[in-house]
Amino acid sequence: MIKSARLLCVCCVCGLLSGLTPAQTRAQDTAVASGVRIGLTYDRHGKPGIAITPVSGPNADSVRAILIRDFDFSDRITVIAPDSGEPPTGALNYPLYAKLLATTVVQAVVTPAGALHVAVHDVAQKRVALVLDIALPTPAYSGDWRAVVHAAADSIEWIVTGQKGIAGTRVMYARNSGRSTQLWTVDSDGANARPVAGTENAMSPDWHPSGKKIVYDLLPDDGRHRIVVRDLTGATPTWSTGAASLNFSPVFTPDGSKVVFAAGNDATDLYEASPGSADPPRRLTSRKGSSNSSPTFSPDGRRIAFTSGLLGHPEVYITDADGSSSELLTASGFGDRLFRSNPAWSPDNRLVAFQSRINDVFQVMTISVRDNSTRQWTSDGANEDPSWAPDGRHLVFVSTRTGTKELWVLDLDTSRARQLTHGGRVQNPAWSPRLELSRQP
Amino acid sequence: MNTLRRSVSLIALVAVAACSKKQPPAPAPAPAPAPAPRVNQDSIDRANAAKAAAAAEAERQRLAAATAAEASRLDAARTAARAKLGMVIYFDYDKDEIREDQRVTLDAKVPILNANPDVKMRIAGHTDDRGSDEYNLALGQRRAAAVRRYMAARGVADGRFEVVSFGEQRPASPGESEDAWAKNRRAEFEITGGGTALKVP
Repeated sequence: MIKSARLLCVCCVCGLLSGLTPAQTRAQDTAVASGVRIGLTYDRHGKPGIAITPVSGPNADSVRAILIRDFDFSDRITVIAPDSGEPPTGALNYPLYAKLLATTVVQAVVTPAGALHVAVHDVAQKRVALVLDIALPTPAYSGDWRAVVHAAADSIEWIVTGQKGIAGTRVMYARNSGRSTQLWTVDSDGANARPVAGTENAMSPDWHPSGKKIVYDLLPDDGRHRIVVRDLTGATPTWSTGAASLNFSPVFTPDGSKVVFAAGNDATDLYEASPGSADPPRRLTSRKGSSNSSPTFSPDGRRIAFTSGLLGHPEVYITDADGSSSELLTASGFGDRLFRSNPAWSPDNRLVAFQSRINDVFQVMTISVRDNSTRQWTSDGANEDPSWAPDGRHLVFVSTRTGTKELWVLDLDTSRARQLTHGGRVQNPAWSPRLELSRQP
Repeated sequence: MNTLRRSVSLIALVAVAACSKKQPPAPAPAPAPAPAPRVNQDSIDRANAAKAAAAAEAERQRLAAATAAEASRLDAARTAARAKLGMVIYFDYDKDEIREDQRVTLDAKVPILNANPDVKMRIAGHTDDRGSDEYNLALGQRRAAAVRRYMAARGVADGRFEVVSFGEQRPASPGESEDAWAKNRRAEFEITGGGTALKVP
């Protein structure tokens, strides 16, 4: 819940899973991310400056570090975070912050009762623009506790930039032990990585637009893939299908009503099914003899980009959502190693991200849906499996640049990359939609 | 033991009677069925019986050994047949065609499957990890399906095979080398039914 005393601003806020106690990474929380400007002079790159005053109260340093990290990782804000000094008392010295080129000052306190109290000051107007009073769930550093701090960061970002942030989002992915897989989630800032209960042997997850359900490919030891839907808080799957010998790469339709996935006994086509319905899955594509997989919807739900081996090697195609009028999207300009796959349609409908084999390794590229112009975004190590953040400017993907397969986040506007996971052997990242704060009382 | 003692007493009485009469030799009376030979016969019978029993035992053992040897030979043959059914085949990079040098491995399975019409098998296609995770599931499936087609063309009904794919998810050999990749591009075979008493062709 976000309550504001003087000026109400409830953004999309996050918070997802209740009753979970994740591994706590306090050292990480109190470390200020590299790249954050600390000091009196800086280059704003046109990004509004937010000054964060020192914070007082229980776990105050961690709250401040998470806010700083969230603003920094938004890639839309210049963070001004003087490291020394006491929390300010009395009226703020607005002219001083104006000299620091801060448009906004964030003044936070963690109250003895455990509430996060934030005053967001508009430096030019010399007044408080927003007050947030949010109860911090216990225990500190739990997933719910972090979700509330991230929600505060997104609310502040909304006030300062007019843009919805991604601090309160999460990334789901599969970890592969070599003998089996398991789904995990990690917060957008890289903290709070933990397995999703009940998803042993699962891969290729996708989020329901509500953020409350997931669909994935269950691959048990007998090899009989099933498409499974489950509530994130539920103990058991709510629906599954496995009519064909192979069923994989499922996604929800943008309205959340259906699931589209690849299935077949030899070649594979795209099928559509309604979770909860007993009707057999309906075939969408009809491309006899070729492998078709990895569907991704345009934001309006009218078109699907997917991987197809129709030409004898994988390329990305676009079809109408009913499976008609397929056309090759990745038509030219890719050299001689013919392998383009794993499309991901951007939330702003402009681009399709995908992976392309270049000099024998995969790299993440985008192609414009309008004019088919392409751009290569990675070159360090092998990079694959892109998924868009809901802000439409960040991509998460699997990269081997550190020597093991880890998730990395790239900001397309600044080309800045950061490592999201540690521990290796990850695959199939899926960025969540913006998540509602749905803490249990 | 009592019988033996009684027999010995009878022998003594007969001997005394024979010595007490000093008469011209009379035509030898038909030898009375003497208990003595009877006693001997019993021993012989017993010995013979023992011999026969020993022989029977030896024969039984010989037969048992022969049966065991046969069973062991059959076991070995069954094990060999089972091993042949389970033998993995390998594929070229990004290909689902059955390689020329892998046909002999598949051909060796045909007579065994023909001799055991109840046997059902699962063919699992695998890939190396150089493609995309999801596309490799499709490639593994095509590999398993290609094996089923090959077997069907040699007379083994395709309904006896289940085809599944693990893509790159279950590597046989970890690592990033041509050697590891070659070992991972494979189809594995598992008997899923009718394999308890395999008939050897």
